[in-house]
Amino acid sequence: MADEKAKKKIDPHKHEMPVQEAKVRAHNFEEVALGYDEETAVAEAQRCLQCKNEPCRQGCPVEVFIPDFIKLVAERDFDGAIKKIKEKNALPAVCGRVCPQENQCEKYCTLAKKFEAVGIGRLERFCADRELQKGVTVPEVAPPTGKKVAVVGSGPSGLTCASDLAKLGHEVTIFEALHVAGGVLMYGIPQFRLPKEVVQAEVENLKKLGVKIEVNSVVGKFSTVDELMEEESFDAVYIGTGAGLPYFMGIPGENACGVYSANEFLTRTNLMKAYLFPKYDTPIKVGKKVAVLGGGNVAMDGARTALRLGAEESHIVYRRSREELPARKEEAEHAEEEGVIFDLLTSPVEIISNEEGWVTGMKCIKYELGEPDASGRRSPIPIEGSEFIMDIDTVVVAIGQGPNPLVPRTTKGLELNKRGNIVANLETGATSKTGVYAGGDVVTGAATVILAMGAGRTAAKSIHEYLSNK
Amino acid sequence: MFKILEKQVFSPVIKQFVIHAPRVAKSCKAGQFIILGINEEGERIPLTIADFDREKGTITIVFQEVGKSTIQLGAMEAGDYIKDFVGPLGEPTHIENLGTVICVAGGVGIAPVHPIARAFKEAGNHVIGIMGTRTQDLMFWEDKMGAACSELLVTTDDGSYVRQGFVTDVLKDVIESKGKENIPLIIAIGPQPMMRAVCNMTKEYGIKTIVSLNALMVDGTGMCGCCRISVGDETKFVCVDGPDFDGHQVNWSELAMRQVYFKSEEQLALEYKECTCRNGGAE
Repeated sequence: MADEKAKKKIDPHKHEMPVQEAKVRAHNFEEVALGYDEETAVAEAQRCLQCKNEPCRQGCPVEVFIPDFIKLVAERDFDGAIKKIKEKNALPAVCGRVCPQENQCEKYCTLAKKFEAVGIGRLERFCADRELQKGVTVPEVAPPTGKKVAVVGSGPSGLTCASDLAKLGHEVTIFEALHVAGGVLMYGIPQFRLPKEVVQAEVENLKKLGVKIEVNSVVGKFSTVDELMEEESFDAVYIGTGAGLPYFMGIPGENACGVYSANEFLTRTNLMKAYLFPKYDTPIKVGKKVAVLGGGNVAMDGARTALRLGAEESHIVYRRSREELPARKEEAEHAEEEGVIFDLLTSPVEIISNEEGWVTGMKCIKYELGEPDASGRRSPIPIEGSEFIMDIDTVVVAIGQGPNPLVPRTTKGLELNKRGNIVANLETGATSKTGVYAGGDVVTGAATVILAMGAGRTAAKSIHEYLSNK
Repeated sequence: MFKILEKQVFSPVIKQFVIHAPRVAKSCKAGQFIILGINEEGERIPLTIADFDREKGTITIVFQEVGKSTIQLGAMEAGDYIKDFVGPLGEPTHIENLGTVICVAGGVGIAPVHPIARAFKEAGNHVIGIMGTRTQDLMFWEDKMGAACSELLVTTDDGSYVRQGFVTDVLKDVIESKGKENIPLIIAIGPQPMMRAVCNMTKEYGIKTIVSLNALMVDGTGMCGCCRISVGDETKFVCVDGPDFDGHQVNWSELAMRQVYFKSEEQLALEYKECTCRNGGAE
């Protein structure tokens, strides 16, 4: 085997995934990356060294059996491959698209020391998409335990937790505040990165496991967590309500017409399909020149969405430099290819509007980088006298989100931190309240889809233990 | 899916639905609102709860047809189903026994005032209701308001019914005759200019006035900030911090400005609807 491996000539490059051409895709909502075909997938899978110590797995928050599934792809056993992935990952079509693989599995790939890592995410997506097209086989479900679990929120964390618990035989009901399930996968991440049909297909798979999904159900309003346990006899509750509270800059003029939170901008477009207005009823207004404040993935999504909605110019306004952009490299690159302009080391101090209250410009100040701060990043220092007016007519504020307060505020005895996040043991998901678990962004603050999924999985395990001993 | 159990037409543009929504009916309180979505393409429409029946599991809404979505809603009949119906949303009105409370309702605002007036009366207050519409044809729920309030005063802008005058005219008479020191609280709900006029007046008298705002919204759960308004020195979200606010603190010009944000799109949506209707629904 070792000799064979040595003999095999490794292609130093990952197989390219076909993408829509930048100039074209910047004006449509179709998916940007088009996915591998069978031949490319097999060829890419053959690049995998099948390392015995599986370093890639330590980079995966849900510990997908990566070398095993890739081996099956290389052998053209695609059904086997997706089955293997699903032993650990309930949402492979989602993760294959939106996971920051370069910081996770692919970062630890042995090939990455010399060459480009194996395209693990691309292979995962290939397997998942192939299964979605073909029709999904339902995994085995354990016999009913007679225990009831309520999952609050149907984002990646809640979906994963629900899936794991359902497979273990518990009766799971997900309560979702919006009118469709999927949480941030539906309202936040744009169609062109994660088609909503893919999310809904994954949600349908979950229903096949017996999970009940109650949309239009705002926990904290129609019923509190306590009431769910006392009156509706749920034995345990998992809170995965995400980071649904948009932050604003707190600068003058922010309530002017033409200023959106990224949540509003993306929710109107993705969830409510405002890009299909007036066929769909929800409108969105985008001017000629859009400034998106912030440098994370949400900011990139906002800036790219603005172009697709018809903006002539779309700017990312970020107070640090390109190096410090919190967005995935790939997202920033895609944005740039599509024509997004990066105004770095720049931050707004005031939004200017006309007499009718419409945004006409933004007063900004230039920054320079100083010494590294507590986060290890060089801290931006404003340059005195560098104020200037940016000529824009739409502002999207994408500087982060806090935990939505509806559930934390109404649950008795739930410990919160200063920022309003639920305090939960990261190794078990347990909160200060017996039988109540929490995970994902509502605990950690805004993070990634896969971390939220990992937290959902961890909590499912503890909830199962708790219910088994109850 | 949520069934429309009853429909009543109060005027060509004002309609009432009783909707089967047991979960909302079980937990809602006076002052809270719901959001409904007619169908897959529909926008999320916030409407204040006008009445509820916990035993029957029903919620009553009254709405005025002002744009594409409400016109479409108004065309639905008893027996039809609404796709999405979520609530109760927002904070309930703070109810306590203060002695005397005046509830001022303008136009379609009569509906949301109704459960609030009733709750104040049930809490032991002497509730003086003042309700007014532009003209007699737009008047509704005089009987229900009569039952919800201890005394009820009715007016029409054009004098076509009972008396001629704005609700503010009636309110002024009541304050003058009762004495401002005997009125600890006023609730005012109706069109924005009416609420603003009431607040301008009560500010001079120094009487605390609570208004219920209907800002533009999307999710209604504090997630998007579309409904944000300045109250005093702070930015508040109408959907989770309200809809009730101290009317003397509300930045009314900002609210009015934000309200017309999508005016041109609303016009476009109406034209699109008319166009697709004429063409038999084809695009």
